[in-house]
Amino acid sequence: MSIKCDLVVVGAGPGGSMAAKTAAAAGLDVIMLEKRQEIGDPVRCAEGVGRRALCEMVKPDPRWIASEVKGAKIYAPDGTSIVMSEDKSGSEVGYVLERKVFDRALAMDAARAGAKVMVKTRALWLLRRDGVLSGVSAMHMGEPLQIEAPLIVGADGVESKVGRWAGIDTVLKPKDIHCCAQFLVQDKSINDEYCEFFFGNSKAPGGYVWAFPKGEKLANVGIGVQGSKSGSGMPIRLLKEFMKSRFPDGKVVEMVTGGDPSSGVIESATADGVILVGDAARQTDPITGGGILNAMKAGIIAGEVAAKAVSSGDVSKAGLKGYEDRWRADIGRHIARSYEYKEFFVKLTDDDLNQLIGSLKNEDISKMDLRGMLRVLFRLNPKLLWELRHLVI
Amino acid sequence: MLTVNRYKCCYCGACVGACPTAALELVETWLEVSLECKECGICTKICPVGALEVKA
Repeated sequence: MSIKCDLVVVGAGPGGSMAAKTAAAAGLDVIMLEKRQEIGDPVRCAEGVGRRALCEMVKPDPRWIASEVKGAKIYAPDGTSIVMSEDKSGSEVGYVLERKVFDRALAMDAARAGAKVMVKTRALWLLRRDGVLSGVSAMHMGEPLQIEAPLIVGADGVESKVGRWAGIDTVLKPKDIHCCAQFLVQDKSINDEYCEFFFGNSKAPGGYVWAFPKGEKLANVGIGVQGSKSGSGMPIRLLKEFMKSRFPDGKVVEMVTGGDPSSGVIESATADGVILVGDAARQTDPITGGGILNAMKAGIIAGEVAAKAVSSGDVSKAGLKGYEDRWRADIGRHIARSYEYKEFFVKLTDDDLNQLIGSLKNEDISKMDLRGMLRVLFRLNPKLLWELRHLVI
Repeated sequence: MLTVNRYKCCYCGACVGACPTAALELVETWLEVSLECKECGICTKICPVGALEVKA
């Protein structure tokens, strides 16, 4: 079977749905493909987002907000903890979402805007006519399906193939992927008010352990380990160890895993007839691991640029330059900075981490943003942070 | 040969993103291994649950 449209969006996560919704609202005939039979499930995510940035893009809905948090509590390897307030601790706390509901809500918004959504439909390769991209070959419910379209948005996640098919190297080196495992935990000792972060090289090599509350003594308790420091099954083993020490009576009611890109800004997120969005474009923040908001922002930009490119008839890489320029100027800048932080952070010993977090113990950081806190950290630990001085000053 | 312990695999796709030869593909709950696999073993280190193994 063969069908035609203006734009195919591969992947119905937050990035894909925002791209589909934006492009459809601008008048394009859009088909969004999701290889799974259910959008949003299984989740691969800690589900934390910054409230303000999210609300700029979608109207908050209690059906997909699991809980609201006051801020972040950060634990050093020696157990010392500091507290950061909600709107200052970067963009990764605020709401803890119910991604299963959230992802579906965004896909339904895209559908309402006019996009066609096809589930259990997997893109197999890109079609070309006379060397020019002409659509996607897909499989829908085990049957072949050809979709002719001048432009493809690849929002196909960490396991993205669209970029590779288009000649963009998106392979994640082991040092640039964080290997994650997460339990949904019920326990009376869960902190319902703060997102908690636990650091330590024996707890989570090159990463951290988190506990993000989902309300009523439930939390996503998860771990991210830098791929180059991981080993077969290490994340799940370390997470179980953490559970034993922190939540010995915790009941695990769900288990998920995932790979989180932490490779920084990729060289190109476009090719002739192709735009990459979200995890597929490695737009995750390398230091926090947060990717939802970046994917949504990139999705909106991609949808706008797609609408212009298709109507003008120029979907070449040059014609899609607006996407590159806009995402790089916005989220790309932050990702580049975070990547430098990450490269530094993964080298820190437990003593370094104890010193850094401990140095803030007597400082009033409650009203500081991440940058302000870094300035204080730099003032208190100039020798340790000397490498980062260009980012701080 | 790369083997997938399907009783263990949580089908998250982390291995797919790290595979240098694009030999892996995740189809719902099913991880496909193609002939492109060079048995480099990167995916076995990346897998969060240890479901992948290169066996002689």
